[in-house]
Amino acid sequence: MTIILIAVSALVILSLIFGAILGFAAVRFKVEGNPVVEQIDALLPQTQCGQCSYPGCRPYAEAIAGGEEKINKCPPGGESTIAAIADLLGVDPEPLDAEHGAEKESAMVAVIREDECIGCTKCIQACPVDAILGAAKQMHTVIADECTGCDLCLDPCPVDCIDMLPVATGLQTWHWDKPANIIATDKEQAA
Amino acid sequence: MNLITLHEFKGGIHPPENKTQSTASPISSLKLPETLTLPIAQHIGAQSKPVVSLGDMVLKGQVIAEAQGFVSANLHAPTSGKITAIEHRVIAHPSGMSDICIEIQPDGLENWATIQGIENYLEAEPKALIEKIAASGVTGLGGAGFPTHVKASVEPSKIETLIINAAECEPYITADDMLMREQANSIIKGIEILQRIVQPKQCLIGIEDNKPEAIAALEHALKHFKDNTFNIHVVPIPTKYPSGGEKQLIEILTGKEVPAGGLPSDIGILCQNVGTCFAIYKAISKGEPLISRVTTVTGNACGQPQNFEVLLGTPVSHLLRETNTDSNQLNRLIMGGPMMGFTLEDAQTPIVKSTNCIIASSQQELPDPAYEQACIRCGMCTEACPAQLLPQQLYWFAKSSNLEQATAHNISDCIECGACAYVCPSSIPLVQYYRFAKGEIKQANADKLKSDRAKERFETRMARQEREAAEKEAKRKARAEAAAKKQAEKKAAEAAAPASSEAKAAPAADLELLQKKLDAAQNGVKKTKEKIALAEEAGDTDKVELLKGALTKSQDKMKEAAKAIASAKKAAKAEPAAAQIEMTPERMEKKVEMAESRLNTAQKRLADAKESNSEQVDALTTAVEKQQERVNEAKQALTEFLNTLSNATQLPAKPEVNLDQLKQKVLAAQTRVDKALERLNMAKEQGLETVGALQMGLDKQQAKLEEAKKALQEASA
Repeated sequence: MTIILIAVSALVILSLIFGAILGFAAVRFKVEGNPVVEQIDALLPQTQCGQCSYPGCRPYAEAIAGGEEKINKCPPGGESTIAAIADLLGVDPEPLDAEHGAEKESAMVAVIREDECIGCTKCIQACPVDAILGAAKQMHTVIADECTGCDLCLDPCPVDCIDMLPVATGLQTWHWDKPANIIATDKEQAA
Repeated sequence: MNLITLHEFKGGIHPPENKTQSTASPISSLKLPETLTLPIAQHIGAQSKPVVSLGDMVLKGQVIAEAQGFVSANLHAPTSGKITAIEHRVIAHPSGMSDICIEIQPDGLENWATIQGIENYLEAEPKALIEKIAASGVTGLGGAGFPTHVKASVEPSKIETLIINAAECEPYITADDMLMREQANSIIKGIEILQRIVQPKQCLIGIEDNKPEAIAALEHALKHFKDNTFNIHVVPIPTKYPSGGEKQLIEILTGKEVPAGGLPSDIGILCQNVGTCFAIYKAISKGEPLISRVTTVTGNACGQPQNFEVLLGTPVSHLLRETNTDSNQLNRLIMGGPMMGFTLEDAQTPIVKSTNCIIASSQQELPDPAYEQACIRCGMCTEACPAQLLPQQLYWFAKSSNLEQATAHNISDCIECGACAYVCPSSIPLVQYYRFAKGEIKQANADKLKSDRAKERFETRMARQEREAAEKEAKRKARAEAAAKKQAEKKAAEAAAPASSEAKAAPAADLELLQKKLDAAQNGVKKTKEKIALAEEAGDTDKVELLKGALTKSQDKMKEAAKAIASAKKAAKAEPAAAQIEMTPERMEKKVEMAESRLNTAQKRLADAKESNSEQVDALTTAVEKQQERVNEAKQALTEFLNTLSNATQLPAKPEVNLDQLKQKVLAAQTRVDKALERLNMAKEQGLETVGALQMGLDKQQAKLEEAKKALQEASA
């Protein structure tokens, strides 16, 4: 009988100790916020374009993390972003939802045709990253380095003086292409 | 001969050297080309900035583009002439892209700008030497083109070993070999300058043993300098590609490995190319800036393979012409060596500071790359890799764009020497894959930086908008509160005012209305009485009954109206002062004025009517009379009002106020007297000593009471 009592009391004491440790750890090492949101947000391209129908990349990341949204609604990120998020969340990658737009071939940058600009500041208000400089009745210009190519400034422009141009590859950004990925027999047939 | 123990780096290959073709004849100079095209970015770091403009005449050695920032280099005019263009031209770059170039049309005079070297440079301050090197635009001539003054600006105590790279391991290239054979003395002097700057414990000249003439020349030169106690050693090393790679040469000579992502200076070593030493010597001793370099022109298509001292900016086509290159045989034009160089698409590409070789190759010599075949996992690339990487793994990662894994397998440590691709039995262009992956990684990192910045900007913007909205809301609230307060104050004021103002306005209006009602009721009673009389005469009893009912109703109405008038009159009496206040002299004067103006118009009309002999004359005369009366009335009222007003001012309202005050005073005095009496009585009962004092106080209070009573009587009288 005493043996049973000793065993039970030992177990009770142990469970109390471990319970206390776990309780302490839960408080001490509590993770603020949802870390998955941060991780998804880090994978998104941060163009803040709103093509996913959310008002920015973070809200979309929150929606994905909440399980209420699909991962294939980010055209600027494209297939690579979808694959990365799928990898992170352990879900199957899906093809890009065409409803939200197509993936662009190259990065784009907004360019204002400055002699046509009337200085209405509408594009400045629309720019999610404050990449347009200007003042009322003064010509506006885009800070090309800060432009994410989100297209959000195009619609508000009353005189349609904003063009989206592909970012030119300069000497600083050029890099070698991937070698043509065909093996010898294919090449001979092609020739 | 020396006590340097050589080490060996793992891997490496032994490709055919093909060096003898271009070593047969000495370094010669070329005739001036028609134009010199100088890219402003011939070095690693920031582009230099052109300081000449179109049409300027420049002298040989004059600065035409200035360094921008520390990691940048000056550019000098290689000959005297005229600036004919500053525009985009094809430059020496694997992309075949163009960049800003300064074009000079030589005038053939070779007029030097004033240049000056540093005398006794071995006693000069290292700082002055570095400044002179920087001013002369010297960059590494081995291939990478890193500005020399930046490399030399290390802490002197950090450097133990100065290594001079004379290995020149790549096939075909003999520029350094020929330079050492012909300029050994100058090179040693250049090394001495470097030693003066970085003060190393020893200096090792690493040179492949396939250059016996160069080794001999250097040793001869060193003997000549034996008096100097500089610890310089010529170290022949076994010929193996790529022993001339900086990291590989360091490993061979010292056995140390440069840490991944680190610099040789981290392990106390500074490495300079032998050609750079010659350029340093020229810059310091004579003040000659870097305007030319030794370049090998070779290849089977080249008629006279040899080395030239080429002015920077010389088009490759000029070199090919001068060496009688057979354009029919020419298959590929390569800038740099066959292992690490790149194919030139345009023969107009200019020679730059880092161009050590031009290969005009024939079809048999350097055939087009063979078709890529599947990797058979033979592992030969791994054995050949001098950086001890896993080329095969890197190949798979690069091919599948698995950048994360490629980074984890240290792709950044690949020196792109091409040994792996050279040994690959499947002819896989491995280096191209690595270059692609490196570029993608660089791009991804740049994108990541940009997206981080975009995120930060977006978040800052959101925070700003929120703050602005909050500020707006706060302002709006403050405004609403202020408005509500005002409203409340107004209401409070109205709540106090209406009792009087309504009482003021209403009675006057009501009185008239009520009077009218009373008149109407009286009329009604009168009429019904007449009707009753008529009906009685006619004997219509039914009608009489009805009319009598109506009469009582009318009489009731009349009584009500009379009552209302009485009460209204009472109310009006309650506010006589207020009513009187309304009748200010100004208003009355206005009334008089209005009446007068009406009278005037009436008189005018009368005059008009009289002129036109109208029938209205009579009516108008009566109207004029009436208006006259009204004017008189108004005037009278005004004078009366003014009189009363003056009386009121003569007899101020004070007495009334005083009466009240006096009454209160009397009362207060009375209570005090009573209290004093009480106390006195209490004191008397208890037999206290204070009785006397209290008696005196009581007397005083009674005297005050008497005074107050007197004053009241006087006032009321």
